[in-house]
Amino acid sequence: MYVELKNINKSYGDFKASKDVNLGIEKGSLVALLGPSGSGKTTILRMIAGLERPDSGDIMIDGVRVNDVSPSERGIGFVFQNYALFRYMTVYENIAFGLEIKKMPKKEIKARVEELIELTGLKGFEKRYPNQLSGGQRQRVAFARALAPNPSLLLLDEPFAAIDAKVRQELRSWLREMIYKVGITSIFVTHDQDEAVEVADQIIVTNKGRVEQIGTPKEIYKNPDTPFVSEFIGRSTLIEDYHKLKGFEKGDYKGAIVRPEFVEAFKADNKVFSDVIDCSEEGVVTDILFRGNSLELKLNVNGIELTTFRSLERRKVEIGEKMRVIIYRLYAVDDEKAYLLENQELKNKDIKNRRLEAYLYSSDGYFVV
Amino acid sequence: MAYLNGDERKELAVKTTRRSKPVVKWILISVSALFIFFMLILPLISVIVNSLKEGFDFYFKSISTEYVRAALLVTLLATVITVIVNTFFGIMASWLLTKFSFKGKQFLATLIDIPFSISPVIAGLAYIMTFGRSGWAKPVVDFINSTFGTDIKIVFAIPGVVLATIFVTFPFISRELIPVLNAEGTDEEEAASLMGANGWTIFKRVTFPHMKWALIYGIILCTARALGEFGAVNALSKTRGETFTLPLEIDALYLAGSADSITASFAVSSILVIIAVIVLILRNIFEHKSKAM
Amino acid sequence: MSKTKSFKGGRVIPGFGLSFGITIAMLSILILIPLASVLFQSFRLSPKEFFEIVTMPNVLYAFATSIGCALIAALINCFFGVILAWVLVRYEFPGKRIMDGMIELPFCLPTAVAGITLSKMYSTKGEIGGPLYEWFGIKISYTHIGLIVALVFIGIPFVVRAIQPVLEKLDSQYEEAAYILGAKKLTTFYRVILPELKPALLTGFGLAFARGIGEYGSVIYISGNNEKEHTQVISYIIMQKLNYLEYESATAIALIMLIISFLLLLFINIVQIRQSRRVSNV
Repeated sequence: MYVELKNINKSYGDFKASKDVNLGIEKGSLVALLGPSGSGKTTILRMIAGLERPDSGDIMIDGVRVNDVSPSERGIGFVFQNYALFRYMTVYENIAFGLEIKKMPKKEIKARVEELIELTGLKGFEKRYPNQLSGGQRQRVAFARALAPNPSLLLLDEPFAAIDAKVRQELRSWLREMIYKVGITSIFVTHDQDEAVEVADQIIVTNKGRVEQIGTPKEIYKNPDTPFVSEFIGRSTLIEDYHKLKGFEKGDYKGAIVRPEFVEAFKADNKVFSDVIDCSEEGVVTDILFRGNSLELKLNVNGIELTTFRSLERRKVEIGEKMRVIIYRLYAVDDEKAYLLENQELKNKDIKNRRLEAYLYSSDGYFVV
Repeated sequence: MAYLNGDERKELAVKTTRRSKPVVKWILISVSALFIFFMLILPLISVIVNSLKEGFDFYFKSISTEYVRAALLVTLLATVITVIVNTFFGIMASWLLTKFSFKGKQFLATLIDIPFSISPVIAGLAYIMTFGRSGWAKPVVDFINSTFGTDIKIVFAIPGVVLATIFVTFPFISRELIPVLNAEGTDEEEAASLMGANGWTIFKRVTFPHMKWALIYGIILCTARALGEFGAVNALSKTRGETFTLPLEIDALYLAGSADSITASFAVSSILVIIAVIVLILRNIFEHKSKAM
Repeated sequence: MSKTKSFKGGRVIPGFGLSFGITIAMLSILILIPLASVLFQSFRLSPKEFFEIVTMPNVLYAFATSIGCALIAALINCFFGVILAWVLVRYEFPGKRIMDGMIELPFCLPTAVAGITLSKMYSTKGEIGGPLYEWFGIKISYTHIGLIVALVFIGIPFVVRAIQPVLEKLDSQYEEAAYILGAKKLTTFYRVILPELKPALLTGFGLAFARGIGEYGSVIYISGNNEKEHTQVISYIIMQKLNYLEYESATAIALIMLIISFLLLLFINIVQIRQSRRVSNV
């Protein structure tokens, strides 16, 4: 493990920002700290950087306990949420600053800065001041400035928060590419799950000062450990009477979380689903919303409100229409954990339809690509 | 951002102008213009007119008497020391109050502002009570004098004048710097510190450029106030020609009561008026500069 | 190792200890300890003596004059201050920058100069006082009106400079929203803009009022300092006691003034804290 946090606690007055946080990050990985605002993700990042001190616990970087090492000696680069570019320095001076502090010879500084300007595509902007740059360009400068002293760990605090939606998409892939090119271990904080899934190869989900789950985006998505993760990731609806749904039995759970992609709704005469139609039950369409690339259907199944998406290529449905509904799986939750429950009736059925088989039983489920 | 930049300001003004009725606009502008003319501009003109009542010869004679020259020297000395002390304090206090959070910060800010809301006469009184005949610090000063063979006097002497001037203008520079540094935030300093810059480098390279214009303006304002301080100095300075400052000299001339001495008093005043006007012009320039960035 | 050591304080930006130490030391030596001496000296008086000094008729009248005139002047300044700030922020017109610059004049002009000038201008033979006396029989210099005029002069920048930044930040969308909802101009002002300005206006009022109570240089000439007409201000009384070497009396009166200023400062600070809370909650 390159970065390790052991039993970290941190409070601000009465507010507990970190409760017994334990986590490890491998060398070379790109990790997202994901959670709603106030979940303690930024605190974790700032503690790794040394901008905050934990009340108790150990922070290790590369096997060395760094609790008492000053931020500048930890070998990190930090990209601030609003970039914190030096407003009275040019792009060149911003990037060179860290190197000047390290008393690097002028010639080497010049070479290094030029290399970074080349890498980040900022050529021609060297003499500009931060207020003469666009949001995306500022992020590039912040990135180059953080990388200039050759840190072994890059920390980014909400790197996309200050950028408008359209450019954000572009920058996500740019940043991911850059980080791989440089090959630096990186941790970034985000509250946006799409961002985390798209950019990171490891996600650490935080909530109320605790680490809820650590895993690859796939794992987090498919096997949520806790009620919070199952609800926070993806679009989900929490239902209490899940046992009223066909194929699920009452267990010792408090409720269940259903995602739109777990719900299949089809017309009674649909041939693809003909051999599983006896596993389905009736649902009434209560609302239809146009979502651009698909329709979002609201269904009332046995008194339970469910949501599913429907391709625009499929046949037309209307409000009030009675459809057949199958719920493939759901996450049953108690106070602590989330458990994947498969539809029992489907599982026990011997299906000959090859297309559905893969879809229903593959261990990768809907992640088959 | 605490303030709008030039263009945004203009836009706001234009927007409102476009929407509002011209009658209301011009009534309000006229009221403002009249107020400023009668309350602020007319007194300025009046000083100049009064000072030249007896002609230029008299004017130059009255501003070059022994007393005035001595007063000018005392005033300049007090002002220079005051500005140095308060600039140092202003930078330290504004750094402390804007870059860190700690318990009692708001209370400390209030304490620093005390000289703003206190009668200057009380400032003078406070030093008399500290260093005067019955003051508790008198024995300390006496002890220093007897041990080192010095003859330091504070009350009714130049040090008292300097101290009183410092007291009255104490928060001026920090007050100019704090809003500017607050608006800047702490991100840039944190970033520089993360890269290993030491305090002096951070101040010089990162913070100072932000506060530059505000600092210059604060220094100018502090200078103007220090030159003109009256109440506090009045309590601590009793000897004309020795410890009197320009405002005290003006007071002495005015209270002498003869037509000539009153005119002379306005003549001396005109020096301070000219300084005040220069300060105002500089202020306008620097304010514009600091907001343009 | 020194770097690591300083980091133990847990603050990333350096200089906390240094700036804290210097700020506290200078503040204590130059301001707080001398003020404490006033407090200390006034405790030498017995409560009875203290009470007798501060309830002497001329002291009570002086308090009434200082507080009353400062209050009226601060209220006048609030009225003109709002208009001036509004005009300076919301309108474009020739001479605006000069007008904006002039507001600060009372900050830069020595109080004694302002004092003798206003006193002369508003006397029965002065440029303004003369016509007023001849046509309407109104005396300004050496009366309470004169005092108020001087305090208006001193206080105006406090009010304008407190309101201006708030008015600038007040998005005109706000007014537009009220306007679209059908509110009349005046209604918009009273219901939408004035409540937004209130904390800043209170701050400006508090500062002008506090300054007015303690004002010395600009008022002592125009007031005439006549005991019978109650035109002596409290700062004048203290100065008088100082000149007669009646230090105990001076400290006793000063203590009351210190309490008043401190209460006003406290009031201003509470207003400002509440204002910043409100803004950050939006």
